[in-house]
Amino acid sequence: MTKHHVSATVNGDAVEFLCDSQETLLEVLRDELRLNGTKEGCGTGDCGACSVMLDGRLVCSCLVLGVEAEGRSIETIEGMAVGRELHVLQRKFLEHAALQCGICTPGILIAARALLERKPDPTEAEVRCGLAGNLCRCTGYHKIVEAVLDAAREMRGQG
Amino acid sequence: MSEMRYEAPKTLAAAVALLSGAGGSARILAGGTDLLIQMRAGRIEPTLLVDIKGIAEVTSIVADGDGYRLGAAVTLMQLTEHEAFAREWPGLIDGVKFIGSIQVKGRATLGGNLCNASPAADGVPALIAADAVASIIGPAGRRQVPVAEIATGPGRNSLAIGEIVTALLLPRRPARSGDAYLRFTPRTEMDIAVVGAAVNLALDEQGFCRQARVALGAVASRALLVPEAAAALIGTRGDAAALAHLADAARAASRPIDDKRGTRQFRLRIVGVMAQRAAEIALDRARRKA
Repeated sequence: MTKHHVSATVNGDAVEFLCDSQETLLEVLRDELRLNGTKEGCGTGDCGACSVMLDGRLVCSCLVLGVEAEGRSIETIEGMAVGRELHVLQRKFLEHAALQCGICTPGILIAARALLERKPDPTEAEVRCGLAGNLCRCTGYHKIVEAVLDAAREMRGQG
Repeated sequence: MSEMRYEAPKTLAAAVALLSGAGGSARILAGGTDLLIQMRAGRIEPTLLVDIKGIAEVTSIVADGDGYRLGAAVTLMQLTEHEAFAREWPGLIDGVKFIGSIQVKGRATLGGNLCNASPAADGVPALIAADAVASIIGPAGRRQVPVAEIATGPGRNSLAIGEIVTALLLPRRPARSGDAYLRFTPRTEMDIAVVGAAVNLALDEQGFCRQARVALGAVASRALLVPEAAAALIGTRGDAAALAHLADAARAASRPIDDKRGTRQFRLRIVGVMAQRAAEIALDRARRKA
């Protein structure tokens, strides 16, 4: 089978990879580019564990083909911390113990960052609606919501 | 899995040629939020995917003297972010907002929601109520079809091999008009409609309803236009008696099934309530535009 040669930008770095037509962006990220932070949950766009940014849009990478990434910019969880310095959201998730098994966490962090970029001062309901596409089967969501609200406060300079 | 090709043509002519050449074993890829799931589940095994997102005509929103022209592959997030469109067609946006998560809306398209032909598609009843027209291109040229004629049953549509819905055409709105879409689901987010109802109407200067269209989702094998329900509103101010007639007409037109989301009996009961409440919201929106 002929493979597609794809050039894209991942977390600011130019990357090239080969993929089959039916390979998803999630498979490419994990299996070709070895960026294993993005997780597969359901594989059908219901759980949000594979959330990444594609040209600035929050998407499920299991619902994007690798070949569709040609010329596009992708941001994954691996690009969230700067060097050894965690993003505020990452730090707040640790402080609030907003994770247990951790499978949903990378997707939730990416979705939460996208939410706070749109709404720097969200209500609790807006956080819950903004993260409705991300399922967590461990925490019951309460600590996640608290962590996101706390991160929003700090990012607005009211830490 | 057998070999599958992926093509991303830059023109509609090239896309039509690719689809026609594959003789029915090709699929159009727009947002992919239904297609990739069907492929993964093994329900379909296309030999060719034709990605239409590289074609400008299907990915743009254009407003002109005739109304809005929504490219069929415009993402639902793009649509919700278009403030002028949302002010003009709030009921259509009601439906779009119900579809999937932010992640899904970042990819999914109204053209896909229409052509995937789920009887419960949240984007479709408001399109039908809006009297939207699907603009289609195919091997025989271009044609225009009312949106209500695209779906023919669950997962089936009336497009011929090689045809592509390129855009949805929304007419210009008269003064004092409003639309609304409501659905019943057990959960507020991330659910599939048990019943959906869309109402689009226009009032005269005295507040009497002079035009109306009512469409129902998830109560038949495809979304239904219900002229009898619209007739119950026309000539009235949307008083309690008119709304009760509308609810009765909605129930009478529905032919729901029993499934895991709701029984036939429940759907028949709730469809009148949903239609009535959607009409109340549409009336309120139209009055605010007086």
